[in-house]
Amino acid sequence: MLFVQVCVGSSCHLKGSSDIVELLEKAVAEHHIDDEVVLSGSFCIGKCNRVGVTVQVNDDVYVGITRDNFREFFTKNILEEVESEGK
Amino acid sequence: MRKFDTKVQHLKYKVLREVARLAWEDKLLENIMDIPAKLAPGKEATMRCCVYKERAILGERVKIAMGGDKDNPNIIEVIDIACDECPVGGYEVTNACRGCLAHRCEDVCRFGAITFDHNHVAHIDKSKCKECGACAKVCPYTAIVGRKRPCQNACKVKAISMNDDKAAKIDNSKCIQCGACVYQCPFGAIMDKSFMVNAIDILKKSERNTRGGSYKVYAVVAPSISSQFSYAKLGQVVTGLKMLGFHDVIEAALGADMVAMAEAKELSEKGLLTSSCCPAFVRYIKSAFPKLVEHISHNMSPMAVLAKYIKETTPNAKVIFIGPCTAKKAEAQLEEVKPYVDTVLTFEELQALFDSRDLDISSLEEGVLDNASYFGRIFARSGGLTDAAAQAMKEQNIDFEIKPVVCDGIEACRMALLKLNKGILDGNFIEGMACIGGCIGGAGCLTHGEKSKADVDKYGREAFEKTIGDAVSILK
Repeated sequence: MLFVQVCVGSSCHLKGSSDIVELLEKAVAEHHIDDEVVLSGSFCIGKCNRVGVTVQVNDDVYVGITRDNFREFFTKNILEEVESEGK
Repeated sequence: MRKFDTKVQHLKYKVLREVARLAWEDKLLENIMDIPAKLAPGKEATMRCCVYKERAILGERVKIAMGGDKDNPNIIEVIDIACDECPVGGYEVTNACRGCLAHRCEDVCRFGAITFDHNHVAHIDKSKCKECGACAKVCPYTAIVGRKRPCQNACKVKAISMNDDKAAKIDNSKCIQCGACVYQCPFGAIMDKSFMVNAIDILKKSERNTRGGSYKVYAVVAPSISSQFSYAKLGQVVTGLKMLGFHDVIEAALGADMVAMAEAKELSEKGLLTSSCCPAFVRYIKSAFPKLVEHISHNMSPMAVLAKYIKETTPNAKVIFIGPCTAKKAEAQLEEVKPYVDTVLTFEELQALFDSRDLDISSLEEGVLDNASYFGRIFARSGGLTDAAAQAMKEQNIDFEIKPVVCDGIEACRMALLKLNKGILDGNFIEGMACIGGCIGGAGCLTHGEKSKADVDKYGREAFEKTIGDAVSILK
């Protein structure tokens, strides 16, 4: 099970947390991994960045996620993780 | 730059600041006795009959700044020796009475309390007078005045009377902790208990201030903050809070957005609702109109809703609410709220905390604060909650005609509740705010003024999210 927390603190919020939440929901539904991923929000993770949003996947923190690099992030850190867990 | 409305507030602040200084350094117990002499030095009295009385009163203020009388459950406390035992004459005819012929005062008095001497000058028979004030209203010369103590005058729920020594006494069963008397007493003889020392303790042991600290502290700030700390920018206040040791600052207005959504639904289901955001209003219904309790919204206040969310999503979080409100201090002690809110500070206390660390917030970098929508933010002023509930109806496509009764101040609340009790209220949603103007009129505000409402609206318009749905969508 993957616990994915999107930072919705002020800084990330202004940099588009809501977009990332929307993209995540869509991508999770698209790949039918709803049962393997738990999405939630989190207030400041403490890694405020100049660009993009901070997302925590289990214990790993990823910064700077934007609409543009979302696909890459999702494939590498969520989809592949889910697959490797499934094996 | 003027930080407070009155000198009484300034005095209270100085006590809080000194207590905070010592608390940060863990020197409170050894040095507590020195605070009164530090604040009232020398031999000359500047406020009371002698410097020793001043120090005795300051000693009492120190006690309240450290949490006050543990045996008294009320947040609001009277300092007996600071009460000036103001005269309580009731309605009196002054020498402005011209001895006219109309005698409107006599005609309007339903109790036959007015008589005239041979010069036609009015006199009030104290044994018959019921203090209704009708005579004072009709006198064309405004020659009749009502002399009431400022504290009694401020207390619209009539919880204040005199004790045998003529000092003010609070009836805890009637008091709603709104703090109106605290702000109005010209001698500063009534104070709200401070939990600032608890807050300092929580901050000191947190992850940010202590290596190996095991928890994060979140500041949940009320939207009325936009009318406060006007000598600095809001972003600088945020940075200041982080320098005190808060991990993050979150707008209580986000909790307000959550409440607006839920309350709109609840209203459409129940058909009649009284709001639950203002703890003093809720307390008033419970104490004065027990039959109406069923109509109180089951939603917790924005403070509690947001604090619950934080604690449920963040392990090891502690929450300190910072707002304009003395009644919130009591709300945080309720069984259902206690697990979520660790303690409550007022803006007055926050100012003292900044200065106890010698933080000049106006020179700090600006941080960001943005979690809520316009509608969550305008909860801070009278009418805001109603606007938000109507908007939440629209956004959720609920087909229900909201007929709001906006009550600005506890007297207006009383009128609406009386009507509701009798079944003659024209409306289905009572927005109750105990303080005039809403939260921006709260007793824990540094300053109160005409500009406050405009400040709140302006801050609301600056919100990144324009709808309530957008603001809460992020939370699920």
